[in-house]
Amino acid sequence: MIKLEHVSKSYSAGIPALNDVSLEIEAGEFVFIVGDSGSGKSTLIKLLLKELDPTEGTILVNGKLLGKIKRKHIPKFRRNIGVVFQDFRLLKDRNVYDNVAFAQKVIGEPNGRIRKKVPAMLSMVGLAAKYRSFPKQLSGGEQQRVAIARALINEPSILLADEPTGNLDNNNAWDIMKLLEEINSRGTTVIVVTHNLEIVKVMKKRVITVKKGTVVSDSGQGDYDDED
Amino acid sequence: MRINTFFYSIGQGFRNIFRNKMFSLASIATMAACIFMFGLFYIIITNFNTAVHRIEEGVSVTVFFDRDLTESQIQAIGDDIEKRTEVRELEYVSPEAAWEYYKEIYFEGREELAAGFVGDNPLAHSANFQIYLEDVSMQSTLVRYLESLDGVREVKQSEMVANTLSDFNKLVGYVSFGIILILLCVAVFLISNTVMVGISVRREEIGIMKLIGATDYLVRAPFVVEGILIGLVGAAIPLTLLYFLYQKIIVYIAEKFNFIGSMLEFIPARTVFSTLVPVGIILGAGIGFIGSRMTIRKHLKV
Repeated sequence: MIKLEHVSKSYSAGIPALNDVSLEIEAGEFVFIVGDSGSGKSTLIKLLLKELDPTEGTILVNGKLLGKIKRKHIPKFRRNIGVVFQDFRLLKDRNVYDNVAFAQKVIGEPNGRIRKKVPAMLSMVGLAAKYRSFPKQLSGGEQQRVAIARALINEPSILLADEPTGNLDNNNAWDIMKLLEEINSRGTTVIVVTHNLEIVKVMKKRVITVKKGTVVSDSGQGDYDDED
Repeated sequence: MRINTFFYSIGQGFRNIFRNKMFSLASIATMAACIFMFGLFYIIITNFNTAVHRIEEGVSVTVFFDRDLTESQIQAIGDDIEKRTEVRELEYVSPEAAWEYYKEIYFEGREELAAGFVGDNPLAHSANFQIYLEDVSMQSTLVRYLESLDGVREVKQSEMVANTLSDFNKLVGYVSFGIILILLCVAVFLISNTVMVGISVRREEIGIMKLIGATDYLVRAPFVVEGILIGLVGAAIPLTLLYFLYQKIIVYIAEKFNFIGSMLEFIPARTVFSTLVPVGIILGAGIGFIGSRMTIRKHLKV
């Protein structure tokens, strides 16, 4: 469960990226966060990952108050949150298998367990046959699947996807969204930050609209505030 | 820390070196040059010190006594002198021994001239002690003490030799220390640079590691391993090279330059390298560790 109470974040320039945001996301929900560039969506993701601390307010993730988490415990906290980015952020010098296995290695999983889990995860995202391919040999959609596999391999309870379809054509974008929906159906909370309003409309999920750092609407069934 | 994490860090350290081949090679080469210079200075200084020590062992203070002192009184003074910490060895030279020595040097081939002194030792009042010192630098303290003793007529010392040796020893020590310190600073700087390049090349990977939940240790450790490995390889190469070079050189000098060989006796390679190898290895690894830690602190905020 995620709960933000009166959260504000200002950078050094003083202009607030987020201003008095309060929202609640239940475990197992699928939520879109929409808004223009600079509206504060990325700041929200960074706050949830504890890459940034709020200037004001409190954030609760999986029962933990982020402000109370000690620096040394941040890595453990982050292992429960998977992240996917628009630019995939894969390691170009490693193949598909190693990119996914990397997430397990950095948390010290035993090799035997990694050898079992990675192929299963690659099957789940439909890339079992391409485990030896390098990122540059894959399409954008395939690269995003690898990124999703990497984000999920440590079995996080929350998946944050920051513009996951931003670099994909329409077909690939839909494939990725279906995959995210399937992941959500297995119990993972999925939060998708996106510009793609067509997807938002069709998928009919909860939509939180952010404008100039403020939540302007929070509604279900793919409705969003599209006033400029 | 899990054992997997430990081996992962070691493996990544090796990978880092191969990823930045050119910078790693440059760092290893610089480190090798530094350790080579260090080793070279160490070998020179060790051999020089041994040679100086040999010369020092020959430097002595001679004490002559008042004419009216009996041999037992002289021996009593000798016992007191022997107790001094500055004294390594005390040698009594009787008037007879002094005369024999004198004859050997000055009447060689003209023994008939010396025969004229039979029964009349011209050095009858030259009983003396030859005092050999623990350390040449202690000579002046000992001489002051000897001159203060009752019954002592004259103290002869080789002040210039003692001072020169002592001063030269110090000078060599200071200069070597300064040069080695500069070289070590250069090595730390270069390793630090290599690790910094490694960090900037891997910035994206580090970012991903942090988001996935890698601990600070896991993000930093491969860079420390990289620094230590560079240091170790950079130390092993010159030490091996120096070992074989040293063996060849001492044999070559002994064969080709006999006159140097008789003046300067080289310390055996095993003796020199039994200290130089562990010191060089620790130094290499230490510089690698310090260089990488410095950079991590400055450029890798996790």
